[in-house]
Amino acid sequence: MSDMSNAVVEKYHNDFLKEVEAHVEDGEWVKMCMQCGVCAGSCPLGDHWAHPPQELFMMIRAGKREEVLTSDSMWMCTSCYNCIVRCPRGLPITHIMHGLAHYAHRLGLAPEKQPTRVFAKLFWDNITKNGRANELKMGLSLYFKDGFGNGIKEAMKNRPLGQAMMKAKRLNPMEFFGGHGVKDKSGLHAMLAKAREIEDAKLEQGK
Amino acid sequence: MADEKLPVEKLPVEKKVGAYICKGCGLGERLEGAQLSMIAERDAKAHIVREHNFLCSEEGVKMIQDDIDNEGVNRVAICACSRRAKTEAFRFEGVAMSRANLREGVIWVRPDTDEARETTEEMAADYVRMAVWETKFMTPPTGNEEAACQRDILVVGGGVSGLTAALETARAGYPVTLVEKTGQLGGKAGQAWKAVPERAPYSDPVGTGVAELIKACEAADNITIHLNASLTKTAGAPGRFEADISVESGTTVMAKFGAIVQASGYTDFDANKLPGLGYGKTPDVVTQQELEALARVADGGPIKRPSDGKEVKSVAFIQCAGQRSNKEGLLSYCSGHCCATSIKQAMYFKDQNPDIDTNILYRDLRTPGSGGEDFYRSGQEKGVTFTKACVDGVEVAGGGLKVKFDDLILDQGTEENVDLVVLAVGQVPNSGVNIDAVPLEDEAEEESEEAKPAEVHVPLESILNLDYRQGPDLPQLVDGFTDSHFICFPYETRRTGIYATGPVRRPMDIISAREDATGAAMKAIQAVENAAQGRAAHPRSGDLSFPHFRKEGCTQCKRCTVECPFGAINEEDGYPQFNESRCRRCGTCMGACPVRIISFENYSVDTVGQQLKNIDIPDEFDEKPRILVLACENDAYPALDMAGMNHIEYSAFARIIPVRCLGSVNLIWITDAMNSGYDGIILMGCQKGENYQCHFVRGSEMAHQRMSKVDDTLQSLSLEPERVATYEVAITDIERAPQLINEMAETIERIGMSPFKF
Repeated sequence: MSDMSNAVVEKYHNDFLKEVEAHVEDGEWVKMCMQCGVCAGSCPLGDHWAHPPQELFMMIRAGKREEVLTSDSMWMCTSCYNCIVRCPRGLPITHIMHGLAHYAHRLGLAPEKQPTRVFAKLFWDNITKNGRANELKMGLSLYFKDGFGNGIKEAMKNRPLGQAMMKAKRLNPMEFFGGHGVKDKSGLHAMLAKAREIEDAKLEQGK
Repeated sequence: MADEKLPVEKLPVEKKVGAYICKGCGLGERLEGAQLSMIAERDAKAHIVREHNFLCSEEGVKMIQDDIDNEGVNRVAICACSRRAKTEAFRFEGVAMSRANLREGVIWVRPDTDEARETTEEMAADYVRMAVWETKFMTPPTGNEEAACQRDILVVGGGVSGLTAALETARAGYPVTLVEKTGQLGGKAGQAWKAVPERAPYSDPVGTGVAELIKACEAADNITIHLNASLTKTAGAPGRFEADISVESGTTVMAKFGAIVQASGYTDFDANKLPGLGYGKTPDVVTQQELEALARVADGGPIKRPSDGKEVKSVAFIQCAGQRSNKEGLLSYCSGHCCATSIKQAMYFKDQNPDIDTNILYRDLRTPGSGGEDFYRSGQEKGVTFTKACVDGVEVAGGGLKVKFDDLILDQGTEENVDLVVLAVGQVPNSGVNIDAVPLEDEAEEESEEAKPAEVHVPLESILNLDYRQGPDLPQLVDGFTDSHFICFPYETRRTGIYATGPVRRPMDIISAREDATGAAMKAIQAVENAAQGRAAHPRSGDLSFPHFRKEGCTQCKRCTVECPFGAINEEDGYPQFNESRCRRCGTCMGACPVRIISFENYSVDTVGQQLKNIDIPDEFDEKPRILVLACENDAYPALDMAGMNHIEYSAFARIIPVRCLGSVNLIWITDAMNSGYDGIILMGCQKGENYQCHFVRGSEMAHQRMSKVDDTLQSLSLEPERVATYEVAITDIERAPQLINEMAETIERIGMSPFKF
């Protein structure tokens, strides 16, 4: 896996496209983009993307492997599905964006401090621990993602909201101590480990 | 109607005019029928005048037919609706007919008010007078006497277009002779390995079908094929073309034909003019046509590059090579087929081995045709890379080629290493000699060659060797393509009975060429059939009239021969020799003739002259000016009719006379009108110039040229030049055309009435 993070590709040859097709969810759709730009024009966050989807697709076809995988563009997607609805070629653009982000993450090429990526990692760790989302801990870990001092500041700022939620029984303070979970936690962890094993094997194989 | 009527007009019969006044469609309520009848009878001296409540009904038509049959009426003036309406009902054989447009031209363009009544009545009265006088000066058209029916059709060119035209014509029962310059049928498409698919699912290259086409043509017993043959001389007219065909054995075959289809195809743009793209520097830069040859050799196996026979592992296609450029010496247009062709050729590689890298570098991807988009999608599915790019150049680097380009999506300069580069060069039509570019002086020759870079790529060898005084080949439209109007009149050239088809007419692919050739075959058959009956071909299809000239009066000025847009008039001992079958009946010769000796049986200097002379010109102090409108019957007149249908009002002082083409307007009409006291004259013709819309190509242009000289005449009469205006009017100018008339009415109000009223 480590050598895949810096594979060499020939410009405008199909090497990287084939890699994307093999490892990115819905990656086989990338070649179907006809560069109309409707996705870029439809994206409500379009201004914040360094490379709009259609440009990412062209970069993939041009073999710009590192630029694509280290880009934070696909992490900007909020899954509004506007682009999917409008794409005249029917590309599942939202899914491809998430697929690209995931693949970049797995290769360890995704930008470390990208907020969406940080959140995604926290959420994954949170939910896989017990098999259930621990909302209290999720919130807290988000407050403290930028350090302890910042975490206290964030927590104090949101205190009235937290207290109101506790009063309304929307948030259980007892979750702080472990929290609820699924019945067979070890079974869940074994299942996830197996899935990871299968995925990694695929990645190795596709090299 | 009855055939026994026909001999009637052959006898020197007395002219007997019947005027028929319709009172239907609101005409009866708005106009005084009795008054109009009186005008027809007393002023215009019609022999029989009848009114009818519903003239176009079976009963009304029968009333007219009865008069023709029993009363000897041979000139019919129908005072009802526009000449463009009810043409099926008012169709009488063997008589001359005119129409007074009382509905669209009078009641529908005037308000129904008390104060407007008087001028509306005057308008109607004038139109009745005009119709009766017009028909008095008409003769029932008898058809072209030189009618000849040679049913054989000559097809020039044995490519897909030519073969299809030959096969379609032969299947319709017309004998065909096909002349092919080379020793092999099939043309360019015949050398291709495969073709772009014509049917769903439009996913893979398919067989070209050329071999089957050749087989079918060779098997047809009414197709004669001459290989290694050319036309050394083509003379005559539709129905009686005579061609000298120089055949393989060295002898010349002479044969007669009814019509000709020119399918001389195209030549690839010379890639040697694109040194920046590496052509000529290395054999690994090829044109699309050359790649077809490589693919044929491979025949499904790996395609090998020409330089060292290495199997091609990566290939770049450069679209628009030497095309869509404003640079001198390159083609300005898009050849239409190349994007789909490159997709097809990329599939040659991908289908054989999906690991081969294929990159199509395009500026704008265009895949016309019903399956074009599906085929593009199929190319994408197969993994062909499409890159919107501007190619800077191709260099030989290491063991391969380096293509340098700007990626227009990523907005950056970049490059790709490939084994083979394919150039999509454009189609250059094989149009033969550009007869319009023949310079008068040597100096002009140099200039014109520089000014028209696209036209000098083809060797200037004649295709048809026409024995026409206007030159040996068909006139070209733009960029050397042989056509007269891409949109309105496909296949029609400016030489009647000769139809251009395939890439000689406009750039096209195999699928389009097949369709196109079928259309041209239909036109050729139509021309043969019309010629056999002495009738005009497009656009006055079926017209039996044709131009006559009075030889005694001819001054041999040659204007008619020069100005005929269709090269219909030759010269014989200095006099014009009309080839009636070539004539389109526009009357441009009639407008050109300074001594007014050219006329048609039912359209002449007199038929219009009499109309404008018999319009009532009120005296100067009546404050009722008269505006003469000469409107082209193809565009301006229908526009004015439609204005009527939409009840758009215009001045009651206008009197509109339809003309076949503005080119048929003889200056004597203008002079006569000015002398007899008209206050304003408007000429409405079609758009002229490069993007002309004239049905007769140059008629409107001629008229504008002639009218530009009318100012002198006006000055000699001490008249203001504003009194005569010439406009380009389109059929869609439904609001503008009435507006132009109203503007003239305002102008007259401003400058005052004409002093020439008597």
